[in-house]
Amino acid sequence: MTYIQLAYGDLILPALLVVMDGALSLVLQLRLERQLAIATVRMVVQLVLVGYVLTFLFTAVSPFWTALAAVIMVLFASREIVVRQKRRLPGFWSYGLGAGCTLLAAGTVTIFSLLTQLHPDPWYHPRYALPLLGMILGNTMTGISLGLDVLTNGLVRERAAIEACLALGGTRYQALLPVLRDALRSGFMPTINGMAAIGLVSLPGMMTGQILAGVEPIDAVKYQLLIMFLIAGGTGLGTLAAVMGGGRLLTDHRHRLRLDRIGAERSG
Amino acid sequence: MLGRDSRLTGRLYAPVQVRVVIEFGLCKALPNRKRVMLTVQALTRLHISVSFDLNDGECIALQGPSGVGKSLLLRSIADLDPNEGTVKLDGTLREAVPAPLWRKQVTYLAAEPGWWADTVQGHFGRWEHAIPLVSRLGLPPSCGTWPIQRLSTGERQRLGLARALMLQSRVLLLDEPTSALDSKSTATVESMIAERVSGGTSVVWSTHDSTQAQRVGSRLLVMSSAGRIEEHQL
Repeated sequence: MTYIQLAYGDLILPALLVVMDGALSLVLQLRLERQLAIATVRMVVQLVLVGYVLTFLFTAVSPFWTALAAVIMVLFASREIVVRQKRRLPGFWSYGLGAGCTLLAAGTVTIFSLLTQLHPDPWYHPRYALPLLGMILGNTMTGISLGLDVLTNGLVRERAAIEACLALGGTRYQALLPVLRDALRSGFMPTINGMAAIGLVSLPGMMTGQILAGVEPIDAVKYQLLIMFLIAGGTGLGTLAAVMGGGRLLTDHRHRLRLDRIGAERSG
Repeated sequence: MLGRDSRLTGRLYAPVQVRVVIEFGLCKALPNRKRVMLTVQALTRLHISVSFDLNDGECIALQGPSGVGKSLLLRSIADLDPNEGTVKLDGTLREAVPAPLWRKQVTYLAAEPGWWADTVQGHFGRWEHAIPLVSRLGLPPSCGTWPIQRLSTGERQRLGLARALMLQSRVLLLDEPTSALDSKSTATVESMIAERVSGGTSVVWSTHDSTQAQRVGSRLLVMSSAGRIEEHQL
């Protein structure tokens, strides 16, 4: 397995493409140059740092450091979920629901694949566990944040319909069902679209990376298929848990709709 | 009882007095010797604090300026909003009954009913059973297939009433049920509710129309901006 190694100097020329974007923003008065500069610097720093961190983790092969890295990844994912919400859940649940469901879904699916398919030695080997978790986490996070966003907005928008159903003796699950279905559909949709378009419209990053690193395309495809199945499972599990949990949090034991538990709408 | 009530409802809302209620049972002291069906004691929600009894086969008119809390009161009795206090149906505490079952017996009808399905008949268990009610309210049987989007405000209000009446509830909490109706439809609705009342259904009817309050109610509860009610005989 051979691949063409890159030096940092090799990245200067491609980086000029980003500079070109900044110049375009200036010329067309898009006012994106500041955001673009910050995003570019963040990306470079974050990726270089993560490169060093992964090098350390792969050398250490320690269950403690691997678990710590996984927890930090989940915490960042839950923060991203909260930031993307137009209307937030109250207090602890604002972060707790997203973090809990992300951990449940991505953690379960990652461990499942490590124990049943990949069998690394040891089973938690960070070279396998962390990249897998990262890819599943990213997609699960998107599903959960979309699902929760559609859920909270749908409950506010459909309040009259939900309360009409409740007033006529419907249970909270009967009353919320149309909104729950919408939220679940929205959460699953990016994964389904991604699966449908993969290979025809886009070549996935991981597969491309493996091919560039010298892996036979058909072997890279097998890995990619494994990842896609795991992503589909993780996203389904996480979105389901988050949407059902959100529905339960926004109603109470007396089958009342509790929109007072949602924070005010955030602009932007 | 005190401990149970405060545990059920007291966690998220302002502390409010909860009184021990003595079982009413048959209340011979009442002028018309009717049985108390619904007991509302120290019901508190935001600024509202209200107590009253509703006999079986009785219609009480509820009046008060806009924004005073009439809808809040009716919604609280139906347990659609968190509230404090004691509400009993035939002596049974509301909290002892599963909420969906409570609302099938004590049914709140909003002034602007909500809709969750695409067509009219999607909101009725069996449409053919609803046709007599719907026809009496001046709508054709074929309206079952109408999309909700095409309904006028008045049609929505009549269909919302038909949907609530299908439940055969013990208590109806009507929130301005004729506010969007012409005089003919209003008369029909009043007559249909009067029939239910004579059949033993109890009604609290919120209205801004004083003459309607006098027509439909045997008693009048007037709500003040302080969230209290005063009772007047009609």
